[in-house]
Amino acid sequence: MYKIKAVTINDIQNEIIDEFSMFEDWEERYQYMIDLGKDLPLIEDQYKTDSNIIKGCQSKVWVHAELKDEKLYFTADSDAIITKGIIAILIRVFSNQKPKDIIEASTDFIEKIGLKEHLSPTRANGLVSMIKQLKMYAIAYQTQLN
Amino acid sequence: MFNVETIRKDFPILTRKVNGKPLVYFDNAATSQKPQQVIDAIVDYYSNYNSNIHRGVHSLSQEATDKYELARHKIQKHFNAQFAHEIIFTSGTTHSINLVASGFSSLLKKGDEIIVSALEHHSNIVPWQMLCERTGAILKVIPMNQDGDLIMSEYDKLLSKQTKLVFVNHISNALGTINPIKYIIDKAHQVDAAVLIDGAQACPHLKPDVQALDVDFYVASAHKMCGPTGVGMLYGKEAWLNKLPPYQGGGEMIAEVTFQKTTYAELPHKFEAGTPNICGGIAFGAAIDYMNTIGFDVIAHYEQDLLEYATLKLHEIEGLKIYGTSKNKTSVISFNLEGIHPYDVGTILDKMGIAVRTGHHCAQPIMDYFKIPGTIRASFAFYNTKSEIDSLVNAIKKAKMMLS
Repeated sequence: MYKIKAVTINDIQNEIIDEFSMFEDWEERYQYMIDLGKDLPLIEDQYKTDSNIIKGCQSKVWVHAELKDEKLYFTADSDAIITKGIIAILIRVFSNQKPKDIIEASTDFIEKIGLKEHLSPTRANGLVSMIKQLKMYAIAYQTQLN
Repeated sequence: MFNVETIRKDFPILTRKVNGKPLVYFDNAATSQKPQQVIDAIVDYYSNYNSNIHRGVHSLSQEATDKYELARHKIQKHFNAQFAHEIIFTSGTTHSINLVASGFSSLLKKGDEIIVSALEHHSNIVPWQMLCERTGAILKVIPMNQDGDLIMSEYDKLLSKQTKLVFVNHISNALGTINPIKYIIDKAHQVDAAVLIDGAQACPHLKPDVQALDVDFYVASAHKMCGPTGVGMLYGKEAWLNKLPPYQGGGEMIAEVTFQKTTYAELPHKFEAGTPNICGGIAFGAAIDYMNTIGFDVIAHYEQDLLEYATLKLHEIEGLKIYGTSKNKTSVISFNLEGIHPYDVGTILDKMGIAVRTGHHCAQPIMDYFKIPGTIRASFAFYNTKSEIDSLVNAIKKAKMMLS
């Protein structure tokens, strides 16, 4: 079935919520994330540097940001596969977007796809740190654009 | 006669569900669960005799003081200290270690040496590094071998007249190795060095006798041995405690104060500035009572049985590697699945109601030694069962299937 690809952050989030609503239990959800994780590497080796590591994660997470035609593109990787799956979802939502839209984006969808437990700031997986880092990049590049 | 099902009834939390599955609690090395007897002691204190100690003339204050001091005596008896005033209440092991490290900063000089082990928790490395920075003393490390045993012949070589303090944990938190502390203490005393043993991981499993060990300082936390968080103890030989200067200034720790001079209180109050964790201390006493009622011989025997069973079962899983294979170890198993990040396994186990620790366990030097980012650590207590271990094994198999 042909489906028009979602473009705005909000539409992409809704698309992901739709996809996750088809899963019946945690196993299917996590298996999907693991499969997303397996489909990557998301980042070129030259960007897997210590300065690109996000602090606050039990697993290593590298994020690299690039601005092209006023849009921000993210690439990332992790040494843990579930974390990679989460990154894949975040990149799908936030990459290829304008910095301003990234800054203003809500992250409610994470709760809606049943990954709420990863949102706790004290949880060592660093989803919160990842989102914060993506938004920080957006803020930094937005300042450049102004 | 030890009956684990009867014991489990003492722990209300063990009946709860996590993520819709019955809780399997295998994170005992991080903190133990609490029996009703300890919970009752806490409720009793706040319901019936909460008041500040050592100060008031009123009856409640006296009652609280008596109970608090009774707890100190229970701890003294448990560790077989010669005097009750050799037991200092602290907020926990880390506080106890810092208290000693701080005291030693006035006793050490440049070129003196402190020996620690390669098996230490971060809380056991950082205070000594800070102490060395303050005093110009040098930190030396006893190395370990592939099994996770400290190499005693290397320890012998490190000892010299410059050695002033030796610091080793009784049992490693990351690997479960039981260290030969009697040997370590005796050897250190031959060069007149003091020895501080961190018993945080040992006290839930065995009953140390500080006089038989002839140890100078021994520290522990209540929360790992069925007691509440935020309270622990420092045992110090009277002579050493008299020699160390006070750690913090405040109420309780003074005998007389004028603007010219303050004289310090006698032991143990010299080291107990401010209002202490009164309820915590009393509940610590209740926890010690509880564990002694079961008996440490019984606990050790049962936990060894769990350890052997779990080791056997885990070895059956292909690609599973256990770190820490000492012949002398307690009921802790640190492991990894080949090619899979420990964090991923821990996440899947959590979804199945199994609580384990993942990561470097605040013992990064050990992880560096094995060249791994961390491990999954399952640590068993006397209220765990073989059927829970079966659940763990099945969950690991499932995690392996999902992740590879």
